[in-house]
Amino acid sequence: MTRASLSQRLLVAAIGLFLLVTLVLPVAAVVKSAFTNADGSFTLGHMASLFHVTLLRESFYNSLYVAVLTVLASSILALPLAYLTARFQFRGAGIVSSLAVIPLVMPPFVGAVALQLLFGKNGSLNLLLKEYLGFRIPIMEGLTGVIFVESLHYFPFILLNVAAALANLDGAMEEAAENLGCTGIRLFRRIVLPLVLPGYLAGALLVFIKVFDDLGTPLVLGVTNLLAPQAYLRITSVGVDDPFGYVICVALVIISLVTLWLSNRALAGRDYSTSQRGGTAVSKYPLRAWRGVLAYAWTGGVLLLVLSPLIGLLLLSFAKIWSFSVLPDSFTTAHYATMIQDSPRMIWNTLLYCGVAAGVGVLISVAIAYLMLRTPVRGGKALDFLASASLAVPGIVLGIGYLRIFKGMNVPFTETAVLSTWVTITLALTVRRLPYALRSCVAALQQVHPSLEEAALNLGATRRRAVVRIVMPLMLGGILAGFITVFVTAAVELSTTLVLLASSQQAPLALGIYFYLQSMTGRGPGAALGVAAVVLVGLGTFASQRLMRGRGAMVG
Amino acid sequence: MKTIRIRLLAAFAMLAAVTARADTVTIVTSFPKELTDAYKKAYEARTPGTTVEILNKGTSAGIAYVRESPAGNKPDIFWVSAPDAFEVLAKENLLEKLPDLNPAIPAKIGDFPINDPNGFYKGQALAGYGIMFNTRYLQANDLPAPKEWADLAKPIYFGHVATCAPSRSGTTQLTMETILQGEGWENGWRQIAMIAGNCAVISDRSTAVPDGVGSGQFGLGLVIDFFGLAAKNSGFPVDFVYPSITAIVPANIGLIAGAKNADAAKKFIAYSVSTEGQELLLEPKISRLPVLPAAYAKAPKDFPRPFEKPITAKVKFDAQLSEARYYVVSALFDQTITFRHKELVEAARAIQAAEVKVEKSKNLEASKLLDEARRLAFSPLVSPTQISDKAFLATFKASKKDAETAKKVTAVEEAWGTQAKGNYAKAAELATKAAAM
Repeated sequence: MTRASLSQRLLVAAIGLFLLVTLVLPVAAVVKSAFTNADGSFTLGHMASLFHVTLLRESFYNSLYVAVLTVLASSILALPLAYLTARFQFRGAGIVSSLAVIPLVMPPFVGAVALQLLFGKNGSLNLLLKEYLGFRIPIMEGLTGVIFVESLHYFPFILLNVAAALANLDGAMEEAAENLGCTGIRLFRRIVLPLVLPGYLAGALLVFIKVFDDLGTPLVLGVTNLLAPQAYLRITSVGVDDPFGYVICVALVIISLVTLWLSNRALAGRDYSTSQRGGTAVSKYPLRAWRGVLAYAWTGGVLLLVLSPLIGLLLLSFAKIWSFSVLPDSFTTAHYATMIQDSPRMIWNTLLYCGVAAGVGVLISVAIAYLMLRTPVRGGKALDFLASASLAVPGIVLGIGYLRIFKGMNVPFTETAVLSTWVTITLALTVRRLPYALRSCVAALQQVHPSLEEAALNLGATRRRAVVRIVMPLMLGGILAGFITVFVTAAVELSTTLVLLASSQQAPLALGIYFYLQSMTGRGPGAALGVAAVVLVGLGTFASQRLMRGRGAMVG
Repeated sequence: MKTIRIRLLAAFAMLAAVTARADTVTIVTSFPKELTDAYKKAYEARTPGTTVEILNKGTSAGIAYVRESPAGNKPDIFWVSAPDAFEVLAKENLLEKLPDLNPAIPAKIGDFPINDPNGFYKGQALAGYGIMFNTRYLQANDLPAPKEWADLAKPIYFGHVATCAPSRSGTTQLTMETILQGEGWENGWRQIAMIAGNCAVISDRSTAVPDGVGSGQFGLGLVIDFFGLAAKNSGFPVDFVYPSITAIVPANIGLIAGAKNADAAKKFIAYSVSTEGQELLLEPKISRLPVLPAAYAKAPKDFPRPFEKPITAKVKFDAQLSEARYYVVSALFDQTITFRHKELVEAARAIQAAEVKVEKSKNLEASKLLDEARRLAFSPLVSPTQISDKAFLATFKASKKDAETAKKVTAVEEAWGTQAKGNYAKAAELATKAAAM
């Protein structure tokens, strides 16, 4: 274990090259615009303007406020659910975790449209309240609306991560603590919390950064005093030549990078691994009396909230006319007929782009995680940081960067432009979602103690064999979670695909929904398409969960 | 594993084959799916062997796309509402001249030429601007139906209106410009600011307004006619009116220079202005006004007929003026209204509350304070002399890639934003004071 082998070094180089072309160069092309004068000379003038614009400072505070509050609200939604399902004999725990993924499969802007119909100023809830009680709940107004929609959308990041961490907890640790007289809150604080913290922080961090540069939701809700919409509005309305938009992008990138760095520091130097897995199942407590009632009530309430965008979408997809009324006036299935006629191509595109993005992403992530945590090779940590850094790159920036660097380039040996193929979209999705796969894989590997692998090596296994037979199976939960997260979040990506789309034949589902929702009479088919997307990805998630459970039993 | 790999490879190969089909007309457009789908289906049925590809992009994103895609591999047709967009493309030599395609189409609608005098683009439909409203919403809130832009500035409509920001939508920009040209710079802006003060939302997409009115989220909105007409003809409880200050301008179609498939594209453009192509516009879901007068024969009874009964009465729309101050109007609106909307609404609320009180008390001093509050809240921060100052307008049009220019523009915008914020706070304060008197 003292010297890096040649193959390890080659692997580092290959992944480094991939990230260079797909991430560093495009972003550099965009950053360059923020520092260049019309004549091509270097300037700091654009960046300086950042500090004396009130609007921008205000947008910054608003973005921070929205991101922090969304993390808080998401935690309130996610933590009890994760704890309940992992630690108690709780019926329907599987359903909870499947349903909790549903908001993720819906692009946030679709969720915002649906929630507007239910909870908006003249949505179903407020029309009822106004009629019978004479007041309204302004939950969809301004920044509150953004926080509400984003929390419902992104809390599964926390739920999935914490639930995975809880499930991976070794029951023996707790039993040992209990045997030593540690129970209740103290047990939770001293044993459970430290072991779950990395998972929670990983999830919370994702939520923070996602919200920080989410564009769709604030735009649909008409909130513009946030950093991301400001950047987008500058670039798309003043023009692609306007450096000020790039300046905000650079600012966004820096803020997100700092966040990543802080969290890396917070987590550094702690050993959270368990030396054994699957030996003892985590002890599950029975839920009795009022605790049971409370648990089911809480779960039911959260589920209802989580499902509300879907309910809204479902109603919209069957509504003939729905205007200023609690429920649609009349129903029709015509939208589904339109949808079935138009959608097979989009569904196939989504499966292709996101499947490839998730597969490639997971492969790269496992490699990076392993290189960083288990080999002496240099650069593993740097790869990890670089790959995670793509989290800090707003989708639109990456998209424009791709347009810049791949412009005029043909696929080798053909006349086809690189930009006219589906490969660019897939690459962009892979890079953009790589951090999710990476965090899952790193967290999973951190929970596998090196001694297990060392034992295999001592017994004469080659390193590759040890990785394939010992490490990967133990990481499987994390790998699958990573795959699902990448697939699902890539399926709802909009900003990058919108920039990179070369022809409508290549449009994935999210984009199709977006085009439909642009017009009033297209809202029905758009909603039907949204329902189809939810069903599709929901089924996939359910299937992989079954798969995960099956494998878990085999390993045990 | 192997079979999966082979299957995947085969699938990729198939995909590549599909993308490389021959006679494809690629159209960049900002029009909704109903319209593009109808044309795609009709045209493909009529000319077998030709595929119509629709690239749905917003107007400005569409311009960027045409500009960025490599010559020889550019899309074929550009098809959007705003004439300015075509001017931009023509100036950059990105449009190909077209011959006269349909002699039955008149040269002008009102004073506005239907086809580009230089032949770079053709009028394909007509668009007028007006107010769309949700009849159910108005009834539930006891609101009368509006007739004029000025109605939307009335206190009864506070919180019920929606509009898009002119910087985000070419058509909204034209609407605002129509008001400004019809009422004059200062009065026009005052009216726009008062309407904005009544708005629940300043949206970033022009389609968000008709969507919101259609679903009853807002009561009334400033929209382009076909949104209102299409919703009405599709059964939504909405209606649409043209105020007397409106302009009818053509929505255009043009051939992109360096197009991949120019010949097929020309045929499509010719079809779009032919009798058959024009009649497609009358489908209830589309409801656009044809440029071919004869096509109106098949239109429903209450369909607007701009050739028989001119809708445009008061405004001679000056496209040059509109283009010259385009950036200033957009930036001024964004800095003082879009981004300061919360503060503007607070000021409007305070002023409207005070108006009721002062009306009763008839206190002269209070009425003076209120006048001052109105002046602060609704006057444009750019004077009439400044808005016709060529040097000032030029600063905004100059390349912002240059740090010095960008700094100048940013400084002006920053000053607007800060001043607007201060003015709104002061206006609200004065109004509250007046109300207490």
